[in-house]
Amino acid sequence: MPHPPIGAIDCDIHPAVPNLKALLPYLDDHWRDMVVQRGVHELDSISYPKNAPVTARPDWKPELGKAGQDLGRLQKEALDGFQTKFAICNCLYGVQLLYTEDMAYAFARAVNDWMVSEWLDKDERLRASIVVPPQNPDYAAAEIERMSNDRRFVQVLMLVMDEMPLGRRRYWPIYRAAERCGLPIGIHAGSAYRHPVTSVGWPTYYAEDSAAQSQAFQTTLTSLITEGVFAEFPDLKVVFLESGFAWLPSHLWRLGKFWRGLRMETPWVDRHPLEIAKDHLRLTIQPSDAPPKPEDLEKLINHFDSDEMLLFSSDYPHWHYEGTNAIPNGISEALTNKMCYDNPLKTYPRLKEAVT
Amino acid sequence: MAKHIAAKVMDIPPGERLSVEVQGRKIVIFNVAGEYFGLRDACPHMGGLLSEGVVIGLVEADRPGCYSYSRGGEIVRCPWHGWEFDLRTGKSRFDPNRWKTHSYDIEVGDVQQLEVETVDVTTEGEFVIVNL
Repeated sequence: MPHPPIGAIDCDIHPAVPNLKALLPYLDDHWRDMVVQRGVHELDSISYPKNAPVTARPDWKPELGKAGQDLGRLQKEALDGFQTKFAICNCLYGVQLLYTEDMAYAFARAVNDWMVSEWLDKDERLRASIVVPPQNPDYAAAEIERMSNDRRFVQVLMLVMDEMPLGRRRYWPIYRAAERCGLPIGIHAGSAYRHPVTSVGWPTYYAEDSAAQSQAFQTTLTSLITEGVFAEFPDLKVVFLESGFAWLPSHLWRLGKFWRGLRMETPWVDRHPLEIAKDHLRLTIQPSDAPPKPEDLEKLINHFDSDEMLLFSSDYPHWHYEGTNAIPNGISEALTNKMCYDNPLKTYPRLKEAVT
Repeated sequence: MAKHIAAKVMDIPPGERLSVEVQGRKIVIFNVAGEYFGLRDACPHMGGLLSEGVVIGLVEADRPGCYSYSRGGEIVRCPWHGWEFDLRTGKSRFDPNRWKTHSYDIEVGDVQQLEVETVDVTTEGEFVIVNL
């Protein structure tokens, strides 16, 4: 695998909240005390268990603590390592798992303020996604409004598996706020664990959980299209993060087939789902579920019928490749340049702004 | 475009359809409240007989959830895979310019108005006439 060209835009890296204590200064007085009094533990999710190989590449893993929690190492390993111009921080902390929407809102605000002080203010190459509480879309919209004034926030972050499929109108206040602020919705692998991670029930092994993520992305894309999110919010872009991308054409062929026969159910779906995806959906490249032969990857990507959908991501510090070879073999130089520069700049217009 | 007698009016009451063969072509004629529409009786997808499809109205939406329903009985759905075709144009709803079935002009007239060679002419009543 080749390494990305100099000055690429890395659309998915993961600074880690070291522990709940680190967020306490960013909670307001009420919640800081409640967290202590109520004995709230770490909001770690089982999405990335500490010892799972994917959670941290061995050479990026610290002896103590979590991979991605140390600014110096992230600067050296992710930013200098890949020679990126910008990297978008997607903080995976268990805000979405909480059952109390008020506490989730408090933690979302804390994570975002922590992101500003501990990361964005310390390296001008960093950008970030706004963590929101999907438990309460009105709170989420308010948090988008609050944080969007800081132009270093370039996206809104959600998890692919929430209470219900993300196209449902319940979530629309989030999309309305994001569209109004010119922010794409980043949908990351992971679950709020309201339901089994596969549609046929709980799996036994971690590999099953990982493989099932792409099913969740397929269903989520279907939901966004059929529920009419892109008809209601024509300027909205959605970015799938850690979704894989090889599944996209065949899934949309299948959806398109059913849509042709059942168009009357969803008359707002006014063109083939692949055409809608080309306009509204972007996908990051790591982890790549690429076929073994590089020439087959090129053929597969040709089925997208678009060179604008893929975005470069290192997915630091998750383990999918060695060294800085984050570009899968079989992607042409022209497409590599598109996904490292042009496509991210188009997807995240705020990256084009000078931030003072 | 020659005119051909296809059927008797009484054979296709309002809301009904009739499959006929004219010059070796299978054509389905629909009567929608007294208006007649003719389509090639084969879905362009895989050849399902449109004469066996259900007719519905046109379902549209300006926005998700804001349905409008009009033109009752003017859309036929192929019995095989549910593709919708507009009886007035033969065009599919999902991709009107690419997917369509041939549509024929249908007229109702007396046989005396025909200037075509006809055989088996019945001079009683009114006839349904197809332009090919």
